[in-house]
Amino acid sequence: MELLIKNGFVYDPINGIDGEKMDIAIKNGKIVESVHPQKAKKIDATGLTVMPGGVDIHCHIAGAEVNTGRMLRPEDHAKDFERKTAITRSGVGYSVPSTFTTGYRYSRMGYTTIMNPSMPPLEAKHTHEELNDTPMLDKATYPLLGDWWFVLEYLQKGDLTECARYVAWMMDTAKGYAIKIVNPGGLEAWGFGRNVHSIDDQVPDFGITPREIVRGLAKVNKMLNLPHTIHLHTNNLGVPGNYVTTLDTMKCLEDLATGNKPVAHITHMQFSSFKGDGWGTMSSAAEEISKYINNHNHITLDMGQVIFTDTTTMTADGPFQYTLYELSGHKWVNHDVETETSAGIVPFRYRRKNVVNATQWSIGLELALLIDDPWKIFMTTDHPNGGPFIAYPKIIAWLISKKARMATLKKTHPKAQKRSLLPSIKRELSLYEIAVVTRAGQAKALGLKGKGHLGVGADADVAIYNINPEKIDISQKYKTVRRAFSNSAYTIKGGKVVVKDGKILQHVDGCTMWLDVKTAEQFKVDEEIKRKFREYWTVEYENYPVTDHYLKISNPITVKASV
Amino acid sequence: MPIVNAVTCPVCGCLCDDIELTVENNEVVKVKNGCAICESKFLGYKSEHRTRKPLIRKNGELVEVPLEEAIHKAAEILANANYPILYGWSSTSCEAQRVGVELTEEIGGVLDNTSVVCHGPSILSIQEVGIPSCTLGQIRHRADLIIYWGCDPWSAHPRHLERYTTFTEGRFEKSDWKGYLQKVKAAAGKKKIKSALRRGVVKHPSEHMLKPETMSGPPPTMMKEGRKLIIVDVRKTMSAEIADYFIQVEPNKDYEVMQALRALIRDQELDVDKVDGVPVEYLEEVADAMVRCEFGILFFGLGLTMSAGKLRNIDVAISLVRDLNMRTKFAIMPMRGHFNVTGANVVFTWQSGYPYAVDFSLGYPRYNPGETTVMDILLRKESDASLVIASDPAANFPRKAVEHLVKTPLIVIDPHMNATALMGDVVFPSAFVGIEVGGTAYRMDHVPLPLKKVVEPPEGILTDEEILKRILEEVRTIKSKKTESS
Amino acid sequence: MVEEKLRVTLLTGRTIEQGVGKERGKGSKEYFEAVSMCYMDAGDMKKLGIKNNTNILVSTENGSVVVKAVKYPRAATPGIIYIPYGPWANVICSNKTSSIGMPSFKGTPAEVEPARDKPLLTMKELLKSEFGR
Repeated sequence: MELLIKNGFVYDPINGIDGEKMDIAIKNGKIVESVHPQKAKKIDATGLTVMPGGVDIHCHIAGAEVNTGRMLRPEDHAKDFERKTAITRSGVGYSVPSTFTTGYRYSRMGYTTIMNPSMPPLEAKHTHEELNDTPMLDKATYPLLGDWWFVLEYLQKGDLTECARYVAWMMDTAKGYAIKIVNPGGLEAWGFGRNVHSIDDQVPDFGITPREIVRGLAKVNKMLNLPHTIHLHTNNLGVPGNYVTTLDTMKCLEDLATGNKPVAHITHMQFSSFKGDGWGTMSSAAEEISKYINNHNHITLDMGQVIFTDTTTMTADGPFQYTLYELSGHKWVNHDVETETSAGIVPFRYRRKNVVNATQWSIGLELALLIDDPWKIFMTTDHPNGGPFIAYPKIIAWLISKKARMATLKKTHPKAQKRSLLPSIKRELSLYEIAVVTRAGQAKALGLKGKGHLGVGADADVAIYNINPEKIDISQKYKTVRRAFSNSAYTIKGGKVVVKDGKILQHVDGCTMWLDVKTAEQFKVDEEIKRKFREYWTVEYENYPVTDHYLKISNPITVKASV
Repeated sequence: MPIVNAVTCPVCGCLCDDIELTVENNEVVKVKNGCAICESKFLGYKSEHRTRKPLIRKNGELVEVPLEEAIHKAAEILANANYPILYGWSSTSCEAQRVGVELTEEIGGVLDNTSVVCHGPSILSIQEVGIPSCTLGQIRHRADLIIYWGCDPWSAHPRHLERYTTFTEGRFEKSDWKGYLQKVKAAAGKKKIKSALRRGVVKHPSEHMLKPETMSGPPPTMMKEGRKLIIVDVRKTMSAEIADYFIQVEPNKDYEVMQALRALIRDQELDVDKVDGVPVEYLEEVADAMVRCEFGILFFGLGLTMSAGKLRNIDVAISLVRDLNMRTKFAIMPMRGHFNVTGANVVFTWQSGYPYAVDFSLGYPRYNPGETTVMDILLRKESDASLVIASDPAANFPRKAVEHLVKTPLIVIDPHMNATALMGDVVFPSAFVGIEVGGTAYRMDHVPLPLKKVVEPPEGILTDEEILKRILEEVRTIKSKKTESS
Repeated sequence: MVEEKLRVTLLTGRTIEQGVGKERGKGSKEYFEAVSMCYMDAGDMKKLGIKNNTNILVSTENGSVVVKAVKYPRAATPGIIYIPYGPWANVICSNKTSSIGMPSFKGTPAEVEPARDKPLLTMKELLKSEFGR
């Protein structure tokens, strides 16, 4: 199948292309040099913007925690539904959409790859079953390892090699893509209702600190040569004054950096950038964090932008979610997973007239605009924690247009307006930079070779938007840009045209990517391991792994470890 | 004689996955590690009460027909129905449940599972209040206070205590087997003394050998180290016999007792002497134990969901546990009955957004228990066709609901000729999930586990998944023919 | 003094015998014996002059059914009777769903009287008489 996208304004930052008028040729699902000029199907992209398909590095869309959130919120679904058509399955939204709807909505915005960031390994089969039912997208998921007893014990012993071998085993067993760490040490403490409050607090019963966990896993990540860095949700998330913990965390990894390669990705940074000593004095630490990031190269991050709406918070950070329940009085779900991790869910409404929420909204944008290098900070809402992913076009509008963000700022609480740094920030992102923060940069940080760019050999995942950069000033016409990014002119997945003018043309299934980590020694399963398994978990060793049965379309990525 | 290890038992919500089977000549001949119900299933599934061929009711009697004829008849019924209901789902695999959602969406019917007569009220409660919970391993490792309220694990989830709670070893808590044995010995000893006294053999019993009927303080077992077990029920069940503390409440009065506990754990005083027959001192002991523990867990069952108040009983139970988290670590978990009812809830939710009672008649999922629950639809006589799979409503629904089920065309998919199948219009024999066909099931704590195929199904018997897929295909064919001709 | 009828509260639910029986097959002897019976308090049985393992008639506002009375082996439960889940229980249990789909399977007011001469139907006979099939 050959396809030729003619004459569009192409933005391909990984290959340095900034709005050049050029053709993109596709054959058999890949970008190629050229195709047969007559035989190939053509798309006339004159006057349109052509970008690689969107890549989302962090969105909660599948698994136990997400599904419990779905079940928790029938009131959220009742107001937002999708009918069955001849081509698409029915479903519901709004902040925790059902799986088919999730796939369709991302695709209509031009997204083609998404990463599900929180998978409890014991329940990995559930995550993969849901990913199988999420159409239109290629996906991967990160197993939660920061409080896994095996990790805590081997790191405490100082046995990095054994720890690395078990992490490699877990990647294969859970079919995961990266090491996810959430409130390291805090989740184990939460098993008895406690928490940790600094990176040097002792984790009860395990004799290890968050600093040691993070450093240990960063080293393990390097030893295993994993394509992404450790993916980290910091301690003290959501606590006023927590920027100190965030800076401590970033500083403790400085000596592990080699060259300009990052060693950690800190996710939804907005929630970890609070100054103050209580909610009354809470304010933005975006300046401090940005300054640090501008002077160091070993951290990438994503925004975690807040949207003023009714949404559902869900993270593996059990103790934080409990605090959120105490603050809001909303219904609260807690789900601790034996030996491994935790989860918490609380519906939450972000209000313009609430000083704290308005400050949070400002923080996300401040971070994105004060950090000079767009390859370091990516656009996310930590869906659905900050807001639903369908609000991404709104964020793009705020990033490219001072007018847009000032219009929203003016509607927020006066105190927050006064404190916000946004009035003093002139910077407006270009379409090229938007391509970085919504696709190229995310793919690069993830180490996904075939995604996020349109060079020869890349996967043929393309998004075409109704924006003519020669005809409109995007910072003035931000509403046009917002509409364009909400409903793509075309979305192409694996060389197939799947969306036109925001409508699904065909239901396709993407693949599930996972790491096949090859260590020097094969992992031997003996009676000793099986016995330990029975001691630690309530399932048999044999029933624990995610077998091929659970991956509809499996895409293993071989990684050669250095252990 | 091949031995198959790590088999997951397909009976109850415990989903024990350490069953060891010995298979000989395509038959299970020995079961190791399973409880009585597990053994009964693995050894008894090949009974004479099994359908071998599809059946259609002709002239009042069920007769054997070829598969194609039965598929076509079933598809016709469903494709032409205005408001069909597809019910059951709790004893089949997630793979089959997924086809069920697709089929219901295709015909614009109502999709419901056995939660409606089991823990539906619990789900409604969770949707209002949330739920602080965990996986069963957390309890095994950490729980030193275990409460079963309105459920009888000894009868319904026999290995629950030995696998997950009181009688199991955890990282932070030891098993209470020794304590239990001592209690049994003491009880046996007490019986001997009582009998000796009756016979006049012992003339001067010393104080400690006779326990007074009414306790003036907490039973000594409540003050011990290690795991403690409290049972709350309306009658003294088998589980209650092994408890450290048993509280008997009056039927339909659990709500008041729970609210009383909520007040007590907040250090509020009660103005009354008794709450529904339970002396306040007993409740104070329980409240004390709850607040003092390191990790407590409250399991609850149909004693709460089915008695007066229904979901409100669960509301207050969850609120009690949630409030306890202000003072210590506490969790709550419903005791799910069927081995894959949790799976049905999970699959329905991720595909449609709703856990049960999903109405597709308007072309998109709608959810309104009381209106879209199959029980109410049957009681109001609104449905005009039914497909029942992996459940037996004729044996579990009130008479009036079953009447309407039987009056309208009824398709049944089940391995056994159960009560519903006996009254069906089209009956499909299917393979036993977890014995003759593999698949996935979800445990009561939402942990997914694989089910194994250990023997071949009898010749000609298909799996639930295959039967549903064929019916779906045939429905689509019939519908496209209808649109062609119109 | 032997009374004629007794007002009780009807509970329905699981027993291990019902569980074992249902796995053998709903048509099996084990299932039949497990679910066509009713646990009664020994004191209540004495009041009505009911001997262990004889038939009784249980009635609610929804209907009546003949089941076999069995003495409850554990502590006293005066005023409470317990019929395991199954077609017999369903003839008489409440169908009031409180608008949430869940019938009141536990805690229904009922009346019990001895019925030594009334026969205990097989499952097929019971289904036929209740539903005509």
